[in-house]
Amino acid sequence: MNWLSEVRWSPYVVGAAIGVLSWFTLLVSRQPLGCSTSFARTAGMIERLFRGRKVDEKPYYREVRPEVDWQWLLVIGMVIGAFLAARLSGDLAAVWVPARWAAAFGTAPLPRLLAALAGGILLGFGSRWADGCTSGHGISGTMQLAVSSWISACCFFSGGILAAWFLYRVVA
Amino acid sequence: MTAKSRQRLQGLLFGVAFGFLLQKGGVTRFDVIVGQLLLEDFTVVKIMLTAVAVGTVGIHWLKHRGWTSFSPKRGSWGRNAIGGMLFGVGFALLGYCPGTIAGAIGSGWLDALAGGLPGILLGSALLAAAYPWLQARVFSRGDFGDLTLPRLFKTNDWLVIAPLLAIIALLFFLLERAGL
Repeated sequence: MNWLSEVRWSPYVVGAAIGVLSWFTLLVSRQPLGCSTSFARTAGMIERLFRGRKVDEKPYYREVRPEVDWQWLLVIGMVIGAFLAARLSGDLAAVWVPARWAAAFGTAPLPRLLAALAGGILLGFGSRWADGCTSGHGISGTMQLAVSSWISACCFFSGGILAAWFLYRVVA
Repeated sequence: MTAKSRQRLQGLLFGVAFGFLLQKGGVTRFDVIVGQLLLEDFTVVKIMLTAVAVGTVGIHWLKHRGWTSFSPKRGSWGRNAIGGMLFGVGFALLGYCPGTIAGAIGSGWLDALAGGLPGILLGSALLAAAYPWLQARVFSRGDFGDLTLPRLFKTNDWLVIAPLLAIIALLFFLLERAGL
């Protein structure tokens, strides 16, 4: 079982396995792989702590109910699965600042945290605007040959490539 | 066990497998994702397009056998192009996406846990607040409903899938030959 303790697997093996996984989520659970809706549901649950049941009346949360569903548990499972994978290969990080960020902007945690917060806000806002993320559109939607998903996936990477060039090549 | 809790348990187990694969693939790391966006490391593209190639063939075969059905998401230029570009900027700044951040948190990246996670939740809440306004003014621009590539090109599924697989194979060949 040496392969379980390897730090990295071939991207083609991992990709093929995710492809096979996507057959089974459709076949067994009748659900496509996706993640970002769960963050919107969680945001609604947190809002409900402060504003009570009024939150359920908001037009958005009438469509995306703030509740635990299949995909919400998928995301929780992903935290556990990645923990197991990292644990088996001794790859658990406990790191505040990734190396590429440190090389461009230094090792101080605060700037990295603020950038992660700002990036997260744009990512959450953009994924719900586009009605999907790199898994829901980028993997599940593209394999259904949906035009909405192909446009989204192309824009995720176009926007990302432009912004990364600006951030790490011009600003840094 | 009720149908609902069985469904949730399935979600949890599929998630464990998905998160395990993403971590082993390396895409729960900021350095790998930003490396992709800087066009220096093609791990993300290789994983996604292999998953798409294998997935596309399988789910369309299952659909043609009548064993499963799926419904492509509806969309519009206002929704998918603008939202997609905003997502892209966030993707570059955060260095994780909503799926890989779950894996990054599990494998101990603290910037993901303390910065990215609250950010995504806040961004999602902001979109929920702006939703009625956006829906009235932006989301309907350039609406194309649940259009799929086979319907766009007025052909059958397999005549789209075959060239798609050929393009993906060619891209992998070129990437490997370039040593990327």
